[in-house]
Amino acid sequence: MNRARLRRIGLSLLAPVAAFIFAVGISSLALWASGNDPWTAWSEMLGYANDTKRVISIVNRAVPLYLSALAVGFAFKMNLFNIGVEGQYQLAAVLAASAGAAVDLPAPLHVLFILIIAMGVGAGWAGIAGVLKAYRGVHEVISTIMLNAIVTSGLLAYLLSSYLRDESETSIIKTPPIPESGLMPSLNSWLDRLGVDVSPGSDLQGFVLVAMLIGLAFYVVVWRTRFGYDLRASGVNPWAAQASGVSPKGMILRTMLVSGALAGLVGMPQLLGFFGRYHQDFPTGLGFGGIAVALLGRNNPIGMAIGALLFGFLSASAQILDLNDIPKEIIDIMQATILLSVVVSYEVVRRMVAASEIRAAAEATEGMATQPARTAVLEGEKP
Amino acid sequence: MKTERDVDAPVVELRAIAKRFPGVVANDHIDLVVRRGEVHAIVGENGAGKSTLMKILYGMQPPDEGTILVDGADVRFKSPRDAIAVGIGMVHQHFMLADNLTVLENVVLGSEPRRGLLLDTGAARRRIVELADTYGMDIDPDELVETLSVGERQRVEILKVLYRGARILILDEPTAVLVPHEVEDLFTSLADLKAQGVTVIFISHKLDEVLRIADSITVIRAGRTVGTAVPAETTARQLAEMMVGSELPTPETRGSTVTDVVELELSGVSLIDAGRTVIDDVSFRVRRGEVVGIAGVEGNGQTELVDIILGLTRPTSGTLALAGHDITDEPTRERRHDGIGYIPADRQRYGLLLPSPLWENSMLGHQDTAPFARGFWINRHGARERTATIMAEYDVRSPGVDTPAHALSGGNQQKLIVGREMSAAPQLLVAGHPTRGIDVGAQAAVWEQLRTARGNGLAVLLVSADLEELIGLSDTLLVMYRGRIVAQLDPAAVTPQELGAHMTGAAA
Repeated sequence: MNRARLRRIGLSLLAPVAAFIFAVGISSLALWASGNDPWTAWSEMLGYANDTKRVISIVNRAVPLYLSALAVGFAFKMNLFNIGVEGQYQLAAVLAASAGAAVDLPAPLHVLFILIIAMGVGAGWAGIAGVLKAYRGVHEVISTIMLNAIVTSGLLAYLLSSYLRDESETSIIKTPPIPESGLMPSLNSWLDRLGVDVSPGSDLQGFVLVAMLIGLAFYVVVWRTRFGYDLRASGVNPWAAQASGVSPKGMILRTMLVSGALAGLVGMPQLLGFFGRYHQDFPTGLGFGGIAVALLGRNNPIGMAIGALLFGFLSASAQILDLNDIPKEIIDIMQATILLSVVVSYEVVRRMVAASEIRAAAEATEGMATQPARTAVLEGEKP
Repeated sequence: MKTERDVDAPVVELRAIAKRFPGVVANDHIDLVVRRGEVHAIVGENGAGKSTLMKILYGMQPPDEGTILVDGADVRFKSPRDAIAVGIGMVHQHFMLADNLTVLENVVLGSEPRRGLLLDTGAARRRIVELADTYGMDIDPDELVETLSVGERQRVEILKVLYRGARILILDEPTAVLVPHEVEDLFTSLADLKAQGVTVIFISHKLDEVLRIADSITVIRAGRTVGTAVPAETTARQLAEMMVGSELPTPETRGSTVTDVVELELSGVSLIDAGRTVIDDVSFRVRRGEVVGIAGVEGNGQTELVDIILGLTRPTSGTLALAGHDITDEPTRERRHDGIGYIPADRQRYGLLLPSPLWENSMLGHQDTAPFARGFWINRHGARERTATIMAEYDVRSPGVDTPAHALSGGNQQKLIVGREMSAAPQLLVAGHPTRGIDVGAQAAVWEQLRTARGNGLAVLLVSADLEELIGLSDTLLVMYRGRIVAQLDPAAVTPQELGAHMTGAAA
């Protein structure tokens, strides 16, 4: 690893850190303006993660966000904007929950079966947007937003109340329970063995491991395989990718299918590790949270993991603000400012890096004029 | 060939206009005199400097040297706004119209007559109808632009410029997008404009049209004015010769390496795009060890021809065969596997991943073959080593294989592409302007590499605007004009008159 590379990594860390500090500043202003003491708020929040139970809560919140970010980030790598993760995971959760409740299989197979159903449903729902884009030129943002609307404002309720509802339950609409063999065991026994004392009622979800494996697979597929190369090439320059032999239609379809399959997993930690069935209180909004985390983490599996943990921390620690009569909406303000400022600071850093690379290349070619290339990059043909 | 006429001060006069871009002199002290109320044609090959000159006259770019006189007064334009203020308007080759607005809305866009905060539609309509009447243009101001034909859209563009008070109209290759009867309509409109005292500057390389419509002609070659002419006293052949130059480079004497094995064969290939015939019944062969050069003014179907050979565009009819097997329905990837190498004319758009490191760029188009791939995986080590080899053998100057492609100068980018394609040992190389923008030494090296590969049996299809390159490398020279192969010439025996006449359609 040479100095230039270190410098580059340093610069790319600079962006999110600067954005975070800026966001803290803005949120402090908002707190101060609303008559609260920013200092109390921040120290309460920082002091939040002081016991195992709370740390587990942060991690558990981060896992679905991370999976959602991986789904969004995968499509982002070829410049596809899958806004439809929200609808994909909700539909996948309800269908996988019903399917899981309907069959009886030995434990590992049962879990696997449910996950495969969820991924298949997510891929199928996202695939509709993929087909529309590849063969009819419908922009994926439009189609995925509409597919979201279909799921959340009609299809889900219809499926639940007409076909999938557990008839023995009268008060709350929910699917039948998934047998024990279909649930994901918690990692508490592992923590125990590591000597970590876990208080009862607090489970570190087993899906943490699954999410880590998928994050690793994301890296390997995107950066180490031929498919990943084609994917990134299509994202960087679709015309050059096509001339190199990548079929644009095929690539759009495959990318949407993979993104949708990942999206199908988003609801699984909660389904298999907490609720055990789909019902009305199932969490929503994870698909949109994932977009934010993907932006924050620059579609990089480690970056997105950090982003997911940060967002998990913010939403978990919001609880303690409530206890202290500090409006917890400050967290929303903070998340929004982080996002806005991170987008700006990434662009600033991109220009700084581009300028330094051009200088380095110019030195290597003995001061040959590189002005045109420089202008093209700085005036931002989007990479 | 220039006749003196008794008119007042020229309406536009350009004196010794010079414009340099890094590595290129686009305009090398060009002079131009346009008289009031004439149709003045500027002809020249692609890259001769016509467009740059017009951008300078329209205030889009400042000249490095020289003066612009309008009505005898020295003017300096900071932007097109200044040019419009003295009455110069430009109609670009690619229209800039909003499809979902009406003709009226498009015409007034940006200089709307207002009544209070509202658009004064009445005043705008009166003005447009008046203009259309004066200049004999038949157009309904309330029609949506998306429903108009190309010819009608062009009329809207002209109207837009006239609405802003232009007395001097620059038309950049106005007939390039038109079908024949629309060309007739345009010429009628131009005659009407002239009758009303409007001066028209008409940029073209279609000599028959220029001779019909222009009152005087200025010929530009390689950034210089090479002469002026009046249509009555000149022929298309004379103009073509002025455009191309009186001397052609002599091909190097060398033994022919052409074999009898046909590598690429096109039979009756046509492409019809949105009603226009872009490629018209093209058939030819490229044999192993042969360089077939395609000459022609840009925009006569060369780009589409290359796209069809690579499989980026499907021909409407006709077949392609590579080494004897039909590839008409093969996707691009298989064709690249079969051994088609590609040096795109627009390297940044079709040949590079600008923000990606060089080692990723050197595998583009070869990403599923050794040493870049191993089965399902990318072979990073192999890719980096091959990149280092390419950099050394083809003199690509870069700090290393991890430097992103955008950091390299254009010449180094081109050398990387040439190296990438040549080191993959293709069967057929499709090359567009392979030495455009690289320095003379590197150019000679690329030519030498092409000759060596040809000697080893490589079939090359060379599309170029550089006549020296075409004649110096080609074994067979084909000329494309309006989507057809109009001539097959022997590069050793061809005369500039012949070549120029075929390229511009002047040879009947």
